[in-house]
Order: sequence, then structure tokens, then C-alpha cells
Amino acid sequence: MSSWTVGLRTRLARTVPPGELLPDRQPAYVSSWIYVFGVLCLASLIVVIGTGCVLAIGGVTWWHTSGLGHFVNSTHLWSVELFFATMVIHLWGKFFMAAWRGKRALTWMTGAVAFVGSVGTAFTGYLSQTNFDSQWIAGQAKDGLNAVGIGAFFNVLDPGQMLLWHVTLLPLLVGVIVVAHIVLVRRHGVVPPIDAVVPGEPGADAAVPAPVRDLTTTG
Amino acid sequence: MTSTLHRTRRDGTPDSHAFPTRPYDLVKEFSIALVAMLVLTVVLAGVFSSPDEKPITLAAWANGAPNDVVATAAGELAGTTTSAGYGAPYNTGGQGQQLGPLALQRWAGVTIPVDPAQDLVLTPLSRVADPATRAALAAWNAATSDQQTTWATAYATALGNATDGNPAAVPAGDYGPVPAISSAFLALARAGGLEGALDPSGAFYGTDSTRGLLLLADGAYLEDQARARSLGGDQWGMMNETGNYPGQPWMWLYTFWYQVPPFTTSDNADAQVWGLMMLLTLGLVLVPFIPGVRSIPRWVPVHRLIWRDWYRKQGT
Repeated sequence: MSSWTVGLRTRLARTVPPGELLPDRQPAYVSSWIYVFGVLCLASLIVVIGTGCVLAIGGVTWWHTSGLGHFVNSTHLWSVELFFATMVIHLWGKFFMAAWRGKRALTWMTGAVAFVGSVGTAFTGYLSQTNFDSQWIAGQAKDGLNAVGIGAFFNVLDPGQMLLWHVTLLPLLVGVIVVAHIVLVRRHGVVPPIDAVVPGEPGADAAVPAPVRDLTTTG
Repeated sequence: MTSTLHRTRRDGTPDSHAFPTRPYDLVKEFSIALVAMLVLTVVLAGVFSSPDEKPITLAAWANGAPNDVVATAAGELAGTTTSAGYGAPYNTGGQGQQLGPLALQRWAGVTIPVDPAQDLVLTPLSRVADPATRAALAAWNAATSDQQTTWATAYATALGNATDGNPAAVPAGDYGPVPAISSAFLALARAGGLEGALDPSGAFYGTDSTRGLLLLADGAYLEDQARARSLGGDQWGMMNETGNYPGQPWMWLYTFWYQVPPFTTSDNADAQVWGLMMLLTLGLVLVPFIPGVRSIPRWVPVHRLIWRDWYRKQGT
């Protein structure tokens, strides 16, 4: 019987070859401020999680009664705003780079799902505030969720349920997707420029006029 | 490595590892980014803080808009409130919304049962020891369902016709015990007795606000307060929050549909907007596979700007 350990190690090494997880060199074409927003987004997520953890130490209503708690809540709010701002710029940047090319479709898809999952996570955060905002948002949101049957299981009028989704289930989901996204980025490397050819090699694309080529994912 | 290995892509995208490289410190870049975002977060939090407007309590509602509380109680008894006619997942009082032929709202049935008259008004009042209230409840419970509806509907209508919905301005009529019940309900709410009395578990540790929020939303007070803060559904309220804060701008598209026809006039607007957003979300995820959409980056040459150094050096 073959070793499971060796099998796992081989699988991991095949998924992200040695040197690709934390590379100390990058392709020469990676030269634009747009690349910064991916790492800024990830950094923001770390701040979001960190400030959320500090809020959790104080408890659900701590931030209503404590100046320090309110400040921590403010850091949580603004880190979320920065997280989304950087993520949206990152997403648009990747769209205009057609970053799904060269077998990178799954990278794009995990990024898109991470965005949607983050929207849901932030939404449950707004529902967990136990203030006027959460009252009103819950009252409005229930109609949309009930209209498509989701409200039968996901009750936005129950702040206890929403808080647990906010601090456990959804962050776990987003976390797993983000890790998968990063692994895929490291595995495939940064997508080359559109129509780029490796210097010194013949332009295999030259036979196909650029304007008619589709930006597919295959290869 | 041969060029054959480098260029394995049918779409002509070469292997990124085949290109010339330059030194790069990933860990250093991430560390700087982390510190930058942490500092920016702290500065934004320190300068702008965050909104925290206290929740509306049922006592505050009763003291701020007593006529609204009385009207809501009468409406719950008459079965004319939003909750009473809602349908799934709370009750069978309404058909709920449909997405075309799909009655998604009804598929799971009643999973969070709420009988508005009983759960939001009568049960909380049953805990009141006041003899007059007990007598009113006894009279209500002794009546037939039709009689109850006739009384409550007549009183709710009379309240609607009275100046400012003032119960004192309602003309005499055959309302049965409904005025007494509504009045007792107001008194209970004013005294703070409704807080916690609506929890379905009746437990000491209440974490479920479903009934309290349904009751509050059945009145006009909550919406009046929200609209005064530009939080109404037709005021882009789904993405706003109290005060001058950014709220949830990432929900702009979801909120947008509620501002335009046909959703502004549709009885199934929520289901339709959700259906549309689910479709668009699926489209976002599947962009790499949608012909035309996946080629937009070639037609809109933003990539020429992003990779301008590379294209310039390559002379392309």
C-alpha cells in the first residue's frame, strides 16, 4: 500500500511547485500599480479579521457602551470599506487584463466567488450591529430573501443566527476560497500581457490576426 | 525549456514562467501593504468614527407614536398588517412572491411560524394581570372568528378615518373588546413590557428578534424614521446607513434595480431583482466562458495602459 503522506506531499508539490509559493523573482511584465491592489486587498482582509477578533473579545454589545469598543468597531468598519475598495479595483484590473487566459479560469472564478461571499459576510455584519441600522436593514432584507425562499432557513430578523454566520460560517467560507484563489495564482503565475510572446521565441500567434482572437481560457 | 513547452495554450497565452524575470520581495511587499492598510484603517477610524444610532425600542415607539401602536395592534387583530398577509415563511396569510412561474417563497413552507394576532398582540397581553385587560381578552376569545374580524376591521377602519389616527377621536361603534385590547397593548408597550415578551422561546436569553421586528415593521414609525434618514427602499436605502457614512456601496447594483421600472411597480419586485442578481452573479463567475464578454478586454485597451512598459519595450 502506498504512503498517504508521500501521496499528499507529491500532490502539494504538483499543485504549487517548489519556489512558486514564495517566489523571489517575477516576470518582467509585472510593472504596474494595478498589481498592488491584489496584495492590498489581502492585507485589508487580514485587518478585517484582526479587528473583528478584537471586537469578539469584547462581546456583542461592547462597542455600544465603550469608547474603546466603538473605536475598534470603527476600525472594523473602515477596514471592510478598504477591503471592498481594493477588491473591486483588483477585480476590474483583472477583467481588463483578461486574467483568465492560460488555464486561469478557476482563478477568476474563485476570485468572483470570494467577492460574492464577502458581500454576504459584510451583510451579516450589518445585521449583527444591534442598532437602528440593523433593525432597518433586516426589515428590508427579509423581503428579498423570503421572496426566493432563502429566508426560510436564513432568518435576517434573528441577530443571534446572523452573528454566528458572520463570525464563523461565512468567514470560514471566504477564507477557504481566498486560500484556493492564492494557491491558484501562485500555481499558474501572473498572466502575461495580451498577445505577448516570450522574447526570443517565434510569435506563434502571428498567424492569427489579433482583433479576431477570442480571449478564451483554454490551453 | 523549449518554446513548445512555453506555448501550450490554444488561446496563445504563453507560460508566465518562460518570460524574463526580475528580483521581487513578496514578503516585503505584503508586510508594507499590511502596515499601510492598518495605518489607513486607524486614521479613517480616528477621523470618521462609525455610526451607532440606538435601536428603536417598542417602548420608544409607544411613547413616540402611540396612535401608530394602537393602529398596528388593531391591524394585527383584523389581519390587515403586512405580517398578517405575508405568507411563507411566517404563515399562510398570503401567496408570497413569484419568480415567473416559480413560487420560490412557498417551496419551503412555513418554517418560522408567526400568527400576528396571537403572537404579537394577544399572547404578550395575556401576561398582564389587569382585570380590565383580562376581561377584554376573555371577550375576544369567546367570540367567533368572524365576529373577531368584524370588530377588529371596524375599529381599524375607524382609526384610519380618525384625525391623526387618534383613538380618542374614534366615533362610538360596535368594536367589541378591540379598543380595550389595543389600549392595553399600548400601555404594555409604554411600560416596556413588550420587550422580551415577543421572544418565541420566552427564554431569559433572548437572541431572536423576529417577532419584535415584524411588529415594528407593521407600524409606520420605523419606516418614517428610516425615510427621514434617507434609508427608504426607493432612496437607495439598501446600501446606505445612518449618517454620512459609505454604507455598503458594493450593493449598488442590487439597490439600483429597486429604483427603476419595471421593478418599482412590480408586486414581485423582490423575487425578480433577486433572480436578476443571481443571473448576473453567475455571469460574473463565468465571464471566462462567455463569448463576447470575455473579449471586451481586447476591445477596450485598458491592458495597453497596464502593460505599457512591456508593449513599449517589445515594440508592439
